[in-house]
Amino acid sequence: MSFQTIFKRLMSERMAFISFFILVFLIIMSLIGPYIVPHDPLKQDLAKVLLSPNTEYWLGTDELGRDIFSRLIIGSQAAIEAGLFAILIPLCIGVPMGILSGYLGGIVDDIFMRIVDGIIAIPSILLALGITGALGISLWNAMIAIGIVSIPQFARLARGQTLQIRTEPYVEAAKISGAGAIWIMVKHIIPNIAPPVIVQASFNLSYAILVEASLSFLGMGAQSPQISWGNMIQQAYSMINMNPWMIIYPGFAIMLTVLAGNFLGDGLRTALDPKYKKA
Amino acid sequence: MFLKFLLRRILYVIPMLLITTLIVYSFILLIPGDPALTLLGENATPEKIAQLRQQLGLDQSIISQYFDWLINALKGDLGRSVFTGQYVHEAVIERLAVTFQLVVVAMIISIFGGMFFAITSTFFPNSWIDYVSRFFGTLGTALPNFWLAMLLILFFSLHLGWVPATGFTSITENPFEFFKGILLPAISLGAVGTAQITRHLRSSLMEVMSADYVRTAYSKGVNRWQAILKHGIQNAMLPVVTTIGILFGHLLGATVVIETVFAIPGIGQLAVNSVLQHDFTMLQGVVLIMIVMVILINFITDIVYALLDPRIEY
Repeated sequence: MSFQTIFKRLMSERMAFISFFILVFLIIMSLIGPYIVPHDPLKQDLAKVLLSPNTEYWLGTDELGRDIFSRLIIGSQAAIEAGLFAILIPLCIGVPMGILSGYLGGIVDDIFMRIVDGIIAIPSILLALGITGALGISLWNAMIAIGIVSIPQFARLARGQTLQIRTEPYVEAAKISGAGAIWIMVKHIIPNIAPPVIVQASFNLSYAILVEASLSFLGMGAQSPQISWGNMIQQAYSMINMNPWMIIYPGFAIMLTVLAGNFLGDGLRTALDPKYKKA
Repeated sequence: MFLKFLLRRILYVIPMLLITTLIVYSFILLIPGDPALTLLGENATPEKIAQLRQQLGLDQSIISQYFDWLINALKGDLGRSVFTGQYVHEAVIERLAVTFQLVVVAMIISIFGGMFFAITSTFFPNSWIDYVSRFFGTLGTALPNFWLAMLLILFFSLHLGWVPATGFTSITENPFEFFKGILLPAISLGAVGTAQITRHLRSSLMEVMSADYVRTAYSKGVNRWQAILKHGIQNAMLPVVTTIGILFGHLLGATVVIETVFAIPGIGQLAVNSVLQHDFTMLQGVVLIMIVMVILINFITDIVYALLDPRIEY
């Protein structure tokens, strides 16, 4: 299955198509945001506090006279970074754990899977809270916590897929022709478990953005003057009587991004399905 | 037979408890530098540091530290708060009832909300109500719960003034005030649950409704409503029982956020405060209690599932 076919299939799903562009747009914004924002997101102007949306400040200003639109754009960085961590850490730790577990079986499998069972039993926000509490409060540590929390799902998925593929005739054939375990894992297992892992990564992106926002809201992620949609909501909450609109924008941004991740995941699942049929 | 099954499940739960408690305990390894120094921060005096090191058992190996801690925990002693000096188990017990009431109401909302949406959307497939249910099913999992909470506060408390925005009254004190106060927190907490149960129950209902025995029922003259109530729900609820078990853990975890928004003095808020105050022993204790609760609830749902499903052989 070539990359073009998959991409074409993905783009033929309406929701996945829209979601893909929303996410690409956000990634671009998080990269070039600092150069294109209309105002300095940190610059306070006490003469212009709590302004309503107008032509100069598109979404108005906060209680310190900072431009909300610019802050919203810069806030996408924390969300995208959280998503990145929540994909990279489990890819580097969870997936290898799962493959080894499934391929080797025995004691390795027992140990890895008991650890995974243990981590899964802990509600993820609590686990993230515990890890951040121990590591110390910072956005960086919150990102690490989000990454760690995502490891078990990937490990379980990779293990299940590996167990299936391990018994396929072509793997047996490779074994008989003298291929080593590492060769089989790299050449046969990794390419074949990639599709479901990619789908999971897309859903995990959504989840990570929600967790990052929650941690930042609780004051355990982004610390002022760092900007995250989560701490923008926290800050807006104290102004709920004065300017309720300040709550709406960042929450809407979170919701849109999370929905985009979910729909992209659905679309990818359809597009990467080997039994794909054009609807 | 059933006793043997029960025993096997218990044998499965024990190592699970050991592993999760070990994970919670090993958080202490993540504290950068000397834990005693880091936890005490500015107000560290040599005596205080020595005292905390002894309290945390830092002079022993991690394994013996863990077993000491575990044995004390089994006796109900989770140590003292680094910050206030209060006994951790006392602080937790004080607040447990509050969180429990919140989670139970949120579970009820999730289950009944989910059943309502799923059943109506199965009964009227592709109607507007079906689309509304599917819309909520999708949206509910994407809404940040603390944001939903604020939107509800904005509308129902600040705009309409129907219910208080923050605070908590226990059901034993004043049931009416309890319901007024718990409504918004429980809805914000239960929204994800409603969405999840709607999705699961809807797809499992759809599957059951196309099963052979339902077609047989139709041919005997049963109408759609009776078929859903008699055959559908009974069979479709089974997979949902598992969801309910998992949901409890989710909701209990999410109380850390919701209790902060609504200033509810439960264990979720306690967990957040202990992180913000670098109160490590308190954090460990709270997380431990929550995890034990989650594992026990999952154990119970497993048993209930086995009792409900006649196909499971013990």
